[in-house]
Amino acid sequence: MNSITARRRHPLARYAVLLLALSLLGGVYALLAPGGDRADAAIASGRADDVAAGKELFAAHCASCHGLNAEGSYAPGGASGPSLVGVGAAAVDFQVSSGRMPFANPGPQAPRKRPAEWVNEDTIRQLAAYVQSLGGGPTKPSLESVDPAKGDPAKGGELFRANCIQCHNFVGSGGGLTYGKYAPPLNPATPSQIYEAMATGPQAMPVFNDSTITPEQKRDMIAYIVGARDQVDPGGSGLGRIGPVTEGLVAWIVGISLLVLAAIWITAKKRQAND
Amino acid sequence: MSLDGPPKAIAGPATFIDDRLGAGTFLKRNLRKVFPDHWSFLLGEIALYSFVILLLTGTFLTFWFKPSMGEVAYNGSYGPLVGVHMSEAYASTLNISFDVRGGLLIRQIHHWAALLFVAGMMVHMLRVFFTGAYRKPRELNWIIGVLLLTLALAEGLTGYSLPDDLLSGAGLRITEGVAISLPLVGTYITYFLFGGEYPGHDVISRFYSIHILLIPGILLALISAHLILMWVQKHTQMPGKGRTNRNVVGAPFYPSFMAKSGAYFLFTFGVIALLGTFAQINPIWLFGPYTPADISAGSQPDFYMGFLEGSLRIMPAWEINLFGYTLPMSVLIPALLPMGIIMTGLALYPFAEQWITGDRSEHHLADRPRNNPHRTSIGMSAIAFYGILWLLGANDWISSKFHISLYTTTEVGRVAIFLGPALAYWITYRMCIGLQRRDQELVLHGVESGVIKRLPHGEYIEIHVLPAEDLVALVKAKPSIPAIESASDGEGVPPKGMRNPLGRLRAKLSETYSADSEAISLDGSHDGHHNGHGNGAAPAAVGSGEPEQKSIGH
Repeated sequence: MNSITARRRHPLARYAVLLLALSLLGGVYALLAPGGDRADAAIASGRADDVAAGKELFAAHCASCHGLNAEGSYAPGGASGPSLVGVGAAAVDFQVSSGRMPFANPGPQAPRKRPAEWVNEDTIRQLAAYVQSLGGGPTKPSLESVDPAKGDPAKGGELFRANCIQCHNFVGSGGGLTYGKYAPPLNPATPSQIYEAMATGPQAMPVFNDSTITPEQKRDMIAYIVGARDQVDPGGSGLGRIGPVTEGLVAWIVGISLLVLAAIWITAKKRQAND
Repeated sequence: MSLDGPPKAIAGPATFIDDRLGAGTFLKRNLRKVFPDHWSFLLGEIALYSFVILLLTGTFLTFWFKPSMGEVAYNGSYGPLVGVHMSEAYASTLNISFDVRGGLLIRQIHHWAALLFVAGMMVHMLRVFFTGAYRKPRELNWIIGVLLLTLALAEGLTGYSLPDDLLSGAGLRITEGVAISLPLVGTYITYFLFGGEYPGHDVISRFYSIHILLIPGILLALISAHLILMWVQKHTQMPGKGRTNRNVVGAPFYPSFMAKSGAYFLFTFGVIALLGTFAQINPIWLFGPYTPADISAGSQPDFYMGFLEGSLRIMPAWEINLFGYTLPMSVLIPALLPMGIIMTGLALYPFAEQWITGDRSEHHLADRPRNNPHRTSIGMSAIAFYGILWLLGANDWISSKFHISLYTTTEVGRVAIFLGPALAYWITYRMCIGLQRRDQELVLHGVESGVIKRLPHGEYIEIHVLPAEDLVALVKAKPSIPAIESASDGEGVPPKGMRNPLGRLRAKLSETYSADSEAISLDGSHDGHHNGHGNGAAPAAVGSGEPEQKSIGH
């Protein structure tokens, strides 16, 4: 029994919790409330404010693992995180907008989840500006450079098959990797996130920088991925689009079961007392 | 105009044909052939009718399919691949899918029919195995069945490869890897198959000939032989009232069985058409054209090859280098061993059983699986062996969909492949014995009527009534499992042929195989049976027509 368990029924405990909650709420509000109003000002003033606001956000939400100056930390079995110097704004945008960061609990891989309450476009931009200010790195792509309509899906498909499907599967259904890691399905990823993942190589993913795959090629790939996932399956239900595994299941569970039932039906006899 | 006899328009040609072909007597004899009735006897027809559908849809597909590996740039109506270079085989499959009217439906029906063809063979084979219907005189038909299954796997593999898409290419690459790993002949076989270095330019056209001509021809011949033998030897029947080894109880082929069979063809076609319409299968346009450089996560073969995929995935790395030659055991063992165990085991089982039991008599009555517990257990442990390997063929999907570490699935699989069959054997054996005891309970005590009766001295009893007559007949038809004479004579010398180690093994196996069939007796003469009333005569009451009375507390 630890000390919290022992003292949680103390008469003063409820006040302590209330005080803590209030100060947390106040603190978060103080951090978030001015964001919207200051956004335009920050753009006008060369984003100096963004960096400052980002540093505060960073200290509040990221520093426990990544260190107060984003230098990274390592604690065996505890909160550890790599250095963020040089990962760039694109990495921040990818990780925070997809809900992967802040990490909920340590594990082999950060899963995609609903972003934290404090996350919005402005806070991401501020956080990204701060991390970008530490050592540069890939920046967030423009909307035009990730527009699926402007890419060539046929070319993108070839690049996708050559570079991505080993882990992410033909249609981006994802796949398993070693030691509890996995390649996530690409369906929920936005075009920007797909671009940023290629540019920054999050988690187990390799980096596909601009000299390996040019920005135009990245856009082609986005066009293919988005096109394939939006495609209405011409052959009926896609069965999860994971290939012969579900097809085999359906052949047995639907096909053979129906035919067995049919066989039982047509050979059924009315039970007679003296057959 | 007389009303007896058929009209002249029918009688004339009929007599003409009859006089020349003898068709009348042939039909008269065969249309009246009696077929026993049981739902499980129709399972083989799933495979038969799927095969018919495969022939018809396959013919349709050959009209547009081009079995060529010549490179073309796609220019059809599927947008995301326009301009992509691919083989003619792949392009023509896309053409069938998107530009030929009804092409995609026929392709999907063909593929679903292929899955049901193999699955139907498997369930049919399991039925035959578990009922002992492979016993004399049907061993040769059983072996034809094993050959059919093996050929169906080869037929499936070649057909799966024809579209030359990226998924089937992965399977083709594994096929090549297995072929080239064979000692001595590997390189020759590979060069013969691929016409040079992998993938070459020949494999699709070679597979095409094999897929549409060679194997279907053999399949057709073997299926005909299978059916003729079944017809001549007569179908086995389930045990029951009035059914013996010397008769066949059932309905005549015409009209009864014919109607059921015809209906079942329509059912099979209906289910396959339903799947072909509503469930997408083998969407090659999503896979992309084959290039040996690309590979996708979650590449699996069709289900019937899944067990080989699984065995390959759990095999630890092991390679032997000897005198400058390499023996890649990590490919050879998973490719040949499970297939060898299952197919050889299936082919030899009837003969092994004969050798063990010494049973050379003819059997036309099917066994109930519970009444031959060791056979049933062997079958179930084979199913466990196959099933675990099959499941492990999809271990990457299990890993990613259920959030289990991939290595965990491999390690668990390596243990389960040994433990699973043993466990399945034991559990099945206990279940068979349990079911036999329930049968015994049924004939000795009758069934609970739900009527509670209070006796004058205050005891409550539940009235037990006789089970239905046909149920008793079914249960009482339980045969004892034969065993060889292995008892030694008065001077402790075992009979001839049982004196060497092999003979002793045979005697031991025979004893075990037939054991327990005597321990549970259905005539009430066994020890240890108490009916709770102490009168000892109660078992005889069943069958005499008097309801037996038994206390609840029994």
